[in-house]
Amino acid sequence: MEKTLEEKTSERFLDIMERIKESNKSVTTGIDEKEIKHWVTIYIMGKAYKVPADLTLMQAMEFAGYRFIRGAGCRAGFCGACATIYRKKGEYKLRTALACQTRVEDGMYLVQIPFAPAEKPVYNLDKEGGGLDVVFKHFPEVARCVSCNTCTKACPQTLEVMDCIQAILRGDFKFAAENSFDCIQCGLCSIRCPAEIIHYHLFQMVRRIHGKFGVPPEPNLEKRIKEIEEGKFNEEFEKLLKLSPEELKEIYRKREIKLD
Amino acid sequence: MSELKFIEGYPEYMYKLIEIVHETRSARLKEKPRFMTLEEREEVLKIHPDYAPGGKREIRIGPNKGDVAPNEVVDLLEAYPLINPNEIDLNNVDYEPDILIIGGGLAGTTAALWANDNGIPAENILLVTKLRHGDSNSVMAQGGTQAADRPDDSPIIHFIDTMGGGHFANKPDVVRALVEDAPSIIKWLVELGAMFDRDENGYFLELSGGGASRRRMHAAGDYTGLEEMRVVRDEFRNRGIPCLEFNPAIELLTDNDGKVVGAVLWNMETREYKIVKAKATILATGGFGRLHIRGFPTTNHYGATCDGVVLAYRAGAKLRDMDTVQYHPTGAAYPQQIIGLLLTEKLRTAGAQVVNVDGEAFVNPLEPRDVEASAIIRECYIRNKGITTPTGIRGVWLDIPMIDLVRGEGSIKKLFPGMVRMYNRFGINITKNPVLVFPTLHYQNGGVETDPYGQTNVKGLFVAGEVSGGVHGKNRLMGNSTLDCLVFGRRAGITAANYVKSGVKIGKLTLNHVEKYVKELENTGIKTSRRSPILLPDYRGKAVLARMIDVF
Ligand SMILES: Cc1cc2nc3c(=O)[nH]c(=O)nc-3n(C[C@H](O)[C@H](O)[C@H](O)COP(=O)(O)OP(=O)(O)OC[C@H]3O[C@@H](n4cnc5c(N)ncnc54)[C@H](O)[C@@H]3O)c2cc1C
Ligand code: SF4
Ligand code: SF4
Ligand code: FES
Repeated sequence: MEKTLEEKTSERFLDIMERIKESNKSVTTGIDEKEIKHWVTIYIMGKAYKVPADLTLMQAMEFAGYRFIRGAGCRAGFCGACATIYRKKGEYKLRTALACQTRVEDGMYLVQIPFAPAEKPVYNLDKEGGGLDVVFKHFPEVARCVSCNTCTKACPQTLEVMDCIQAILRGDFKFAAENSFDCIQCGLCSIRCPAEIIHYHLFQMVRRIHGKFGVPPEPNLEKRIKEIEEGKFNEEFEKLLKLSPEELKEIYRKREIKLD
Repeated sequence: MSELKFIEGYPEYMYKLIEIVHETRSARLKEKPRFMTLEEREEVLKIHPDYAPGGKREIRIGPNKGDVAPNEVVDLLEAYPLINPNEIDLNNVDYEPDILIIGGGLAGTTAALWANDNGIPAENILLVTKLRHGDSNSVMAQGGTQAADRPDDSPIIHFIDTMGGGHFANKPDVVRALVEDAPSIIKWLVELGAMFDRDENGYFLELSGGGASRRRMHAAGDYTGLEEMRVVRDEFRNRGIPCLEFNPAIELLTDNDGKVVGAVLWNMETREYKIVKAKATILATGGFGRLHIRGFPTTNHYGATCDGVVLAYRAGAKLRDMDTVQYHPTGAAYPQQIIGLLLTEKLRTAGAQVVNVDGEAFVNPLEPRDVEASAIIRECYIRNKGITTPTGIRGVWLDIPMIDLVRGEGSIKKLFPGMVRMYNRFGINITKNPVLVFPTLHYQNGGVETDPYGQTNVKGLFVAGEVSGGVHGKNRLMGNSTLDCLVFGRRAGITAANYVKSGVKIGKLTLNHVEKYVKELENTGIKTSRRSPILLPDYRGKAVLARMIDVF
């Protein structure tokens, strides 16, 4: 029997979905080596593995047969779970990277490091306030910074880590808070720091102090909260909750859009 | 690809195609593509992965028997448990908190703090999570969190926007809670020290987002979720609330009345199980991106595998709106190392256009997410105007450099430091060149049905965050999910605390619900070797797996 147009479209769309699935296979399932043309050799904890040249360190380790429990979180450069140290062939330099955000290179020697243990000081900003003395009380080691800049060099987010430490020593919390803002708390700076400063906990405290004490209350926010508490919108909500989806749709369609 | 020549991070042939994007930019700046008519939208939506044929089937057992859901989800619901209930010793209880919280993202962590604020001592709370505390979808949110606090806005307008975004399938009373709590939960974050973007007078800098009729997106650079998560987690640690990492829940526990009274955990490193007996259990396990529905790549974190839905379903919890899946229109399609990762919608709000191989802006960049995604799929696979990467993936250009043209030199760097950094790592300068994008699996719209207080239909079981269903209806708006985590994390924490304080009598610990579920699977004739929850996806190479020997 002749297929209807609808059936034909349906088959075509199904076929498109299959093609999309097929094209994404290398990132949604394990990689089939038959499909790989370009290879590099890397050394994972001392052992050589041949891996596809196109992968991140994380994907390459998986291709080689590692299944992560530790060492993988967001897989996108946001969580810091995949801190890695490596050396390149013929280089003396020890480099740091995020395994999920770094492409493999031929001859890399790499180890993933478990998250370095670090004591997090416990504080209560409401009671203690946010002065420099409070920061020093909880992080006395910050005074030991020798300005070696090792932390800055280790940071995979390319933050000016040492400058932030120096700013804290000067009491410039605003600078430290703003310039450490993109810190994903991977801990790579801290494992390299000769003064054993726990940068990521320290920065966290300073950012919280800045966010809490360094900016004025937001006027609009305060006002709106008060209105809600006073029940300003109750009546209208009661009405809205009684409407049918059709009636709501009408309101939605007519709503005014104000974006500037 | 060693024999390919690369220029500025792109293979030569792709780089040549980029020139067309540069050439057409100034013309495109003047003539923006109009929005589609409703009919045009309907037409293009037919190719959306949610509406294209295949991909879904009916659930054959459990409370939602007869509903449809993606095959990958049904596969997990129609699967056998990881444990044999008879082999689990429920007499030796390892932990006995008042409140057990499963999932250490924004929702779970917020719930812990509010339970603590409402009379549950820190040591009587236990948070368990699969990876490290905070390794979650929450840290990845870039765009922002919605809250209607500007004078020309109101919770009412936020309500209407959210209902419309969800195709009016949302539970209205739950949405009301979401929007009315929004301003106060933002204040809570500010008082904890979260740094939202502000202008020189201290006012929030609020941007718009797809589907929102006002500017109400509270952002913290392009690291909003990270900022919210790490602040809340820091406070959690200050309070000394116990947390077990790498200890996912693999089954809930029920007592003879069918109440949920804790969970079975599995220590991923030692492989032993642990029993938690708790008066109240809050489920906050997040979404399902790592199921790679319809073979799509995902924006989600490593542990987004739908575990919570599976566990709750076996315990009798009702699900809703599991039939729709949110695909983000702009996931990275090149380079190979970052396929599927998110390019935030804010890039389009800020002026970036979506452009085909001929340099045409074929769709307005601010169509609703499903329409935008469908248009990109159509361009690549029906009109054949996409760009194909060396590994065979098709995509279209997202013309990011336009942002600087619209908003002034330096805007990209200032607004999107995270994006600039990510592409930089792979040799691509997004302030200069466009990037290749294709839709990516982003968000679980539905989940375990909640009421305005975070309660489910099962006594003792509370939910918050992406694992829950009802607040977003069939489609979530950008900025409403971090809000969901915060608002319903707080509500679930408070409700669970009150429930505990009202005096909960726990009967005998059982896995009766699991046994019953297995019987139902068998009676329905579901024969399969599938087991769930899956906990983590498996990306090991095929060759290695073929030769693997399980010794220990
Ligand atoms: C890339 C990206 C960008 C986003 N951008 C935005 C945005 O701009 N605005 C917005 O509002 N929303 C955004 N979202 C959505 C939002 O971030 C999430 O929906 C939300 O943060 C989910 O929070 P959650 O606490 O429910 O789940 P998650 O944050 O995912 O946390 C769940 C936690 O539970 C753990 N877990 C899972 N299974 C188990 C188990 N069996 N036992 C124990 N623990 C378990 C997980 O590992 C995880 O740590 C974005 C999401 C992504 C992925
Ligand atoms: S500052 Fe330290 S912890 Fe933060 S991202 Fe940089 S190296 Fe990692
Ligand atoms: S590594 Fe440590 S000592 Fe060196 S500059 Fe950084 S903080 Fe100071
Ligand atoms: S896995 Fe999160 S930063 Fe790499």
